[in-house]
Amino acid sequence: MPKPAEVTLPSDREVRVTRTFHAPRQRVWDAHTKPELVKQWQGYEGWDMPVCDMDVRVGGHYKWRWRNHEDGSAFGFFGTFTEVDSPSRIVHEQYFDPGDMDFAMPVGDPCIVSLELDEQDGVTTLVCNLAFASKEARDGAVSTGMTDGMEHSYGRLDELVMAAA
Amino acid sequence: MQSSERLDLTFSALADPTRRAILARLATGEATVTELAEPFEMSQPAISKHLKVLERAGLISVDVDAQRRPRKLEPGRLGEAVDWIERYRQIFEQNYQRLDALLEELQARPSKRKRAKK
Repeated sequence: MPKPAEVTLPSDREVRVTRTFHAPRQRVWDAHTKPELVKQWQGYEGWDMPVCDMDVRVGGHYKWRWRNHEDGSAFGFFGTFTEVDSPSRIVHEQYFDPGDMDFAMPVGDPCIVSLELDEQDGVTTLVCNLAFASKEARDGAVSTGMTDGMEHSYGRLDELVMAAA
Repeated sequence: MQSSERLDLTFSALADPTRRAILARLATGEATVTELAEPFEMSQPAISKHLKVLERAGLISVDVDAQRRPRKLEPGRLGEAVDWIERYRQIFEQNYQRLDALLEELQARPSKRKRAKK
């Protein structure tokens, strides 16, 4: 079993997640950049991913959307790839799509999500860094999970989860 | 105070190595300002400043009834900050466990290209 994910707070407005995978880097890269693979793991228990459009190149856009199995509620993320260096580094600017609109519109400043993959002896280390526009945005994006209205805060929590990709 | 504001205070209080060292010291038992200042080679006012930040964040408290006014750790608030990170970590971890399974499946499955060659 790989070591569990580690979460650190490198600065006031960042969150960093580190995780190892017992697989070659190229395969981990594919799982993050090929929609048919992304759909199979990225998400949440009880949600499926009807929309997963990704144009993986610098300046290319992506759109992800999840739908709840039970009540049909939806939310997602969308954004633009700003760096693509296969199979080691990808950076995108991410906006939250609260799901109550027919189309996604940028609201506020994006979260800059960078993913770095490094392979040593067939083990790939993933470092995912989320840089929010402010400390308030970072803490607000997850601290709602503290308030026990868990179901309703899943959207915000998922923002960070999905940003892992 | 809202939980997000409390977390702001907690995390900024924890973002300093001296203050973390003070917390580590207080985890072994209560201590006065003089006792806390000693190992850090800092002036008492400098230590007091750090203690005020920790106190405001709810990470420590002062026993005002005791003459020595010792400081002690308030583990609850620290736990809340740890929970925040832990909750966050678990959500990533759930995703990554699904990814582990997918990677294993891809490993076991011969790639389409290989199959086509046969």
